[in-house]
Amino acid sequence: MRETKYKNLIHMLELREISCSLPGFSLSEISFSVADGEYFILLGESGAGKSLLLEAIAGLNPVKSGTLLLDGKDITHEKIQQRGIGLVFQDQAVFPHLSVKENIAYPLKGKHLSNSEKDKIIGEITGLVQIPKLLNRRPSTLSGGELQRVALARALVQKPKILLLDEPLSATDSKLRAELRALLRQINRLGQTIIHVTHDFDEAVSLADRIAIMNQGSIVQTGTPQEVFGNPVNGFVAHFAGIRNFYRVKLEKHDGHLIAKPAENVAVFIGDTSATDSGYILIRNEDILLSSTAFESSALNNFEGTVVDLYPSRSGMEVLINIGIVLHAQISRESAVKLQLAAGKKVWVHFKASSVKLIVS
Amino acid sequence: MNRYSPFQLTITFAAALILLFIVAPLVGMFVSTSPSDLFATAKDVEVQESIKLTIWVSFAATVIFALAAIPLAYLLARKEFPLKSIVSGIIDLPVVIPHSAAGIAILGFVSRDSVLGQMGSAVGLNFVGHPAGIAIAMAFVSLPFLINAARDGFAGVPVRLEKAALTLGASPARVFFTISLPLAWRSIVSGLIMMFARGMSEFGAVIMVAYHPMITPILIYERFGAFGLKYARPVSVLFILISLTVFIALRVLARNKIQKSDPHA
Repeated sequence: MRETKYKNLIHMLELREISCSLPGFSLSEISFSVADGEYFILLGESGAGKSLLLEAIAGLNPVKSGTLLLDGKDITHEKIQQRGIGLVFQDQAVFPHLSVKENIAYPLKGKHLSNSEKDKIIGEITGLVQIPKLLNRRPSTLSGGELQRVALARALVQKPKILLLDEPLSATDSKLRAELRALLRQINRLGQTIIHVTHDFDEAVSLADRIAIMNQGSIVQTGTPQEVFGNPVNGFVAHFAGIRNFYRVKLEKHDGHLIAKPAENVAVFIGDTSATDSGYILIRNEDILLSSTAFESSALNNFEGTVVDLYPSRSGMEVLINIGIVLHAQISRESAVKLQLAAGKKVWVHFKASSVKLIVS
Repeated sequence: MNRYSPFQLTITFAAALILLFIVAPLVGMFVSTSPSDLFATAKDVEVQESIKLTIWVSFAATVIFALAAIPLAYLLARKEFPLKSIVSGIIDLPVVIPHSAAGIAILGFVSRDSVLGQMGSAVGLNFVGHPAGIAIAMAFVSLPFLINAARDGFAGVPVRLEKAALTLGASPARVFFTISLPLAWRSIVSGLIMMFARGMSEFGAVIMVAYHPMITPILIYERFGAFGLKYARPVSVLFILISLTVFIALRVLARNKIQKSDPHA
């Protein structure tokens, strides 16, 4: 579906080297484009500049240099109210002195619509976001999830060319989050182009057609979730995907084997044969075996190391072993007990050359 | 904490003392004014005219100056500009300078020789000794109360709501009238009432600009000077009673209106 969703790749929004500076923070030369109908996720830690970027696209923050194109039109210096961009704030920003209906009708004022036309549009939108019964309520009587739906409805009612969402699911519990995710997917399927800002990896993977990773005011990597998390360009991106064993390496050839050296005294056999002299290696936590003694295995990579730390994780125990570099291994709780693992204990680490993934930089 | 601890007793005593200090002179004045004197004063046309004048001039001054003071308050709450702290200081100036001195300054500002005075003369208006001059003097000393309250009100409106309105296609003017102003309204109304009250009670600045027509604070002063305490007292009591009635009525009206527009406010 992801490949066929937008065959002719019409750019709905295009950022060309957008830079912004605010006191204490700046965005530098941000470029990416979002296709018509695409669900685009900006993923980054808090403070990465994601919200600032959304506000710059909406026109709330002035752009210092660069060009912003919406549907082929240069909107870099267009007035905010004439951009046709919908923005849902993280705290929803539902007007507290207006009823739900007045909130949703707010963008329709001055559009020369009769009351019955307005009611029809409001009816359709509130049906879509499933809040038709809340129309006469006051915002102060609504739950967080309901406020989020009101804010969505209000942004959608003006039929924006692009909908910007700032952490829309951050203030909701997990059940509500699943419902809202389904709603966002549905809105996107109706053809709405969306840029969604989040710090949550799962949220990004579950919704995105494409992802851009942001760090310290710059875009680090852009692509489909598979592209980005299959080939992280640096440790920051890998860390986001939950990949802990990600190392910059020098590559050497020995007896027909390619050896990667993440540190001077650590040599890792890798299955790849690319002819290059540096890059990154990535080893999944689950692919690392631990044993209390050295044994002959089919794995080419065998190291003796010291347990640095171990702690429970969602699917067992996470063990950190220092072999010259610190490796993260994922093992079951039973195995941890059987091996009598504790910080400071010597263990053997084994992993196959073929489980080491080489990323050429 | 123990209600009878030495500390509790000390602060309760201090609080009672201060309350007594405020209430006692007023109660004393009310008690020493006989109902017949009060009744006679209420029928005195000079007193009636003066109270009417004081109320309507202060009201007019408040409404007219509010038209420009509220946008100024918005500017102070929302925009950053050079020398902003100096501008804020200037706004507080009328509160800290002696009001008689303020009156002298205003007299110079509105007299026939001044630009404003000449503009007035051109249309046959002499500010000195005229309600328009009184209104200017009242506004001068009472404007800070409105500006500061309105500024706090606007500052309390989340900027995000204004930004959201802009992204929903509203012009900056529409954002001001549909979002900022309604949400700051409670503070603005309380500022308006304060300005009105302060204007009504002004004496020092007004007496420099206009002894006649006589506003009530000046009438009280004149009766005291010409006839003594016994004659000044009933006018004072009457004026306080009427002022209090007006303020309570305004506050109740304002509160009802705000509660009607937002039952959860």
